[in-house]
Amino acid sequence: MQDLVPKEYKERNSLVINPVKTCQPIGAMYAALGIHGALPHSHGSQGCCSYHRMHLTKHFREPVVASSSSFTEGASVFGGRANLETALKNIFAVYDPEVVAINTTCLSETIGDDIGSIINGFDVPAGKTIIHASTPSYVGSHITGFSNMVKAVIKQVSEKNEDAKTNNKINLIPGFVDPGDIREIKRILEAMGIDYILFPDQSDVLDTPLDGSYDMYPEGGVTIPELKDTGNSQATIALGEFAASDPAFELEKKHDVKPYTLKSPVGIKATDEFLMQLMKLTGKEVPAEIEKERGQLVDIIADTHHQFHGKKVAVYGDPDIVISLTEFVLSLGMKPVHILTGTPDKKFEETVAEMMESADWKYNLTAGGDLFQLHQWIKNDQVDLLLGNSYGKLVAKQEDVPLVRVGFPILDRSVHSYLPTIGYKGAILLVEKISGALLDRKDRDTDFELIEFVL
Amino acid sequence: MQNSSSSKALSEREDFIMTKGDNKENIKCDQQSLAGAVSQRACVYSGARVVLNPVKDAYHLVHGPIGCASYTWDIRGSLTSGADIFRSSFSTDLREKDIVFGGEAKLELVIEELMEAEQYKPEVIFIYSTCVVGVIGDDLKAAARKAEAKYGIRVIPVESSGFAGTKSKGYKAACEALLTLMSDFKAESIGVENKKMAVDSRNEIKALSQLNEDYSNLNTKEKIRILQKKLSQINSLQAGRAIEDFKNKKMKEQAENRRYIRKINLLGDYNLAGEGWIIENYLNDVGIELAARFTGDSSIEDIRKAPTADLNIVQCAGSMKYLAKRMKKKFEIPFLEISFLGLQDSLDSLRQIAQHLGDQIIINKVERLIARRLPDTEAKLRIYKNYLSGKKAAIYVGGAFKAISLVKQFNDLGIKTVMVGTQNGKESDYEKLKDLTDPGTIILDDANPSELEAFMREKGADVLVGGVKDRALAYKMGIAFFDHNHERKHPLVGFEGVVNLAEELDLTINSPIWKTIRSDIDG
Repeated sequence: MQDLVPKEYKERNSLVINPVKTCQPIGAMYAALGIHGALPHSHGSQGCCSYHRMHLTKHFREPVVASSSSFTEGASVFGGRANLETALKNIFAVYDPEVVAINTTCLSETIGDDIGSIINGFDVPAGKTIIHASTPSYVGSHITGFSNMVKAVIKQVSEKNEDAKTNNKINLIPGFVDPGDIREIKRILEAMGIDYILFPDQSDVLDTPLDGSYDMYPEGGVTIPELKDTGNSQATIALGEFAASDPAFELEKKHDVKPYTLKSPVGIKATDEFLMQLMKLTGKEVPAEIEKERGQLVDIIADTHHQFHGKKVAVYGDPDIVISLTEFVLSLGMKPVHILTGTPDKKFEETVAEMMESADWKYNLTAGGDLFQLHQWIKNDQVDLLLGNSYGKLVAKQEDVPLVRVGFPILDRSVHSYLPTIGYKGAILLVEKISGALLDRKDRDTDFELIEFVL
Repeated sequence: MQNSSSSKALSEREDFIMTKGDNKENIKCDQQSLAGAVSQRACVYSGARVVLNPVKDAYHLVHGPIGCASYTWDIRGSLTSGADIFRSSFSTDLREKDIVFGGEAKLELVIEELMEAEQYKPEVIFIYSTCVVGVIGDDLKAAARKAEAKYGIRVIPVESSGFAGTKSKGYKAACEALLTLMSDFKAESIGVENKKMAVDSRNEIKALSQLNEDYSNLNTKEKIRILQKKLSQINSLQAGRAIEDFKNKKMKEQAENRRYIRKINLLGDYNLAGEGWIIENYLNDVGIELAARFTGDSSIEDIRKAPTADLNIVQCAGSMKYLAKRMKKKFEIPFLEISFLGLQDSLDSLRQIAQHLGDQIIINKVERLIARRLPDTEAKLRIYKNYLSGKKAAIYVGGAFKAISLVKQFNDLGIKTVMVGTQNGKESDYEKLKDLTDPGTIILDDANPSELEAFMREKGADVLVGGVKDRALAYKMGIAFFDHNHERKHPLVGFEGVVNLAEELDLTINSPIWKTIRSDIDG
């Protein structure tokens, strides 16, 4: 690979080189897959749908099915109404989903198709639900798209009982995370004996076992009755300001369900905060089993802290995970020196800057950056570790820095989607990965005579 | 459709599916997918991107919202022997205000930033149009012309708005962009060269007019003759005739050279896992040089030189036959459709190329190459045939050319093809497939996952050959999978390729994992 990344930093305002984000519809598609029996539908050209499915399949290594309005030149001139109507008819006739979750694309948004009115005029088969979200690709990022789809679900599906009686449940929006994370959140909630409605829920959808049968609509996913019931819940916990808080606020606006936005619970501090919020809201105790895990995590960090202390890290990826990872590596005694997300939102910079207040070292921080920029930063201030998605591997290779893969997408490793990053258990796995990466590097760089068995 | 899976298919889809041996004459294909279908197909942009992106030293700028660039970043897996700027993802990342006010201003800024970045020295920038750009009506041609004039480089728009047709249309858009690049060579008077030539001729005129020759010992008649000659030279330079003369002289030189060097272009190879290099090795072995590759491991310079070749050989006809036809018309370069996928096809292709060039030395060398490589390859294939014979395969790939060669290779290995489909096949391709397969084989165009699933189940396929989206489906059904798509990691062409194919099929079909799916604990 040629090194075409100069050390000298030059202001770039328009050109994006090697993005750390992608467009809204894929986030919407991922969110829709967390609804039971749902077929995501992309209202635009075929390519969009094909790319999103391919990208998700590469990350999860699972079949991802979605349909497309298959726009033609005609549709782009006269509007996509006919295409959407035909598509919906065909979808219910052939694929028979319980829910169709429509997302728009830059094309249909620009043409100005009014999806709401098209659906209103459509004869929805009995017992079926159509949800639609506006997800223009030229606004925000895939994280925005995820948030918009979940928000649309709340807006269009949630209901409140007439007697306004609470169901004593907690709504939980996990954000743009893997099925392994969702399982971990559920395990914690269940261990605490909390009744919950978690959405969207991609566990048992994108981590199904191989048993020789293929089910287009696997058993997982939040159901429509559950989604309706979210309006009666006691409170909503949104894990992640960027992917999850908007839908929680929508629920407050619509049904007065109180929202609590927390950081994605990665690492000790954020997991503590999550559990404390749960205790406060429900009056339930954290069981000994979970407490023990916290103790084990602290023990593990104590055993290994000398490996981490003072090591410089670059963290990049989606805003919620980057915020939590930054907090976690700080708690390990590491120095995050480059912190970057591709999703353009100044709130990200504010949140991270607050966390970094006690940092006595210089660091770079940006929202709306790209990997070229990160690479330039690293050239000016070398790091010991990269934390982020697969796309950082070229930087890692060129700068000879170990990369621990966390976030989305991970295209060149497997198993990640089954294991949590979230919770104490997730943190233990993260420590193992980070420690392993640093020590593998140390072993590689140590002369043969100096190699030791015990590290 | 007379089979148990008819309930799974839309009635509108029936014409796109046939069973070998039934009464159906033709299959419907080359159509837009039905709205609402879970199609595996992509868009015009995707077609253009996969064909053009491997031009390794060009700058590939995606003009649109970020997604189009993100999903196609380094998607092809083309290997390069030199420049690798094509592996970087450049995007204008259009935002809402650009959609409202038009994206041309941002495009202009992006090109400016690209040109001002000292690490980059773009000689050629391809600007890919995307859906939204097509709708808001950005004038890419004007933007490109403006940038060319400003920076003295080549800026070539690729007309690839996603909605404007099928992937095949994207291939054509890419081929058009390549033709534009080639036209630089044949018509030196346009574009970038134009500037240089204009300066050259200006200097020449200046030199000529300032030339003080000694006329003292000439008679009047001779003096007039010389002065007239000088004047006509200046006139011809000024009228651009000198440019024409220069061009003609150069073309004449090329024509002279062509008689002695056997140079051919390789079309429709994308150097996946180094496949282009394998083909090039064979050709070099028999005394043929490659002028240009389209487009795996290709450079701008190669492509500009392509019009000097004696012959075009077309590997992936689906994507590049169009270019071959256009080059035949424009540059009078004949073309051969060949295939280095599969043993017999590889041998036939080598022989065809040699025959076409009509050079006995090359013909002899080809036979020597085959004699040298064939016994070993066949011996290896015999070993794998033991493990593969009697297995059943389902094929669903993008291009028909791949499907055809796979069916042939499977026949050689004793594997029965029970289902074969393509995303972009033409009627003639399906005719060929019909000829190659046994009665009962399902043949289908633009299938969706439920159709694939139903037919694989019905026909008891042991392995699916397909793209990345189908891999997970096959595995979920407990069926082996063979990657014949962009992401493949092993070359599948030539002598090496057929052995790799057999090895990989054995590896996946005979993996112990498929035996562990059912266990007594399931009851």
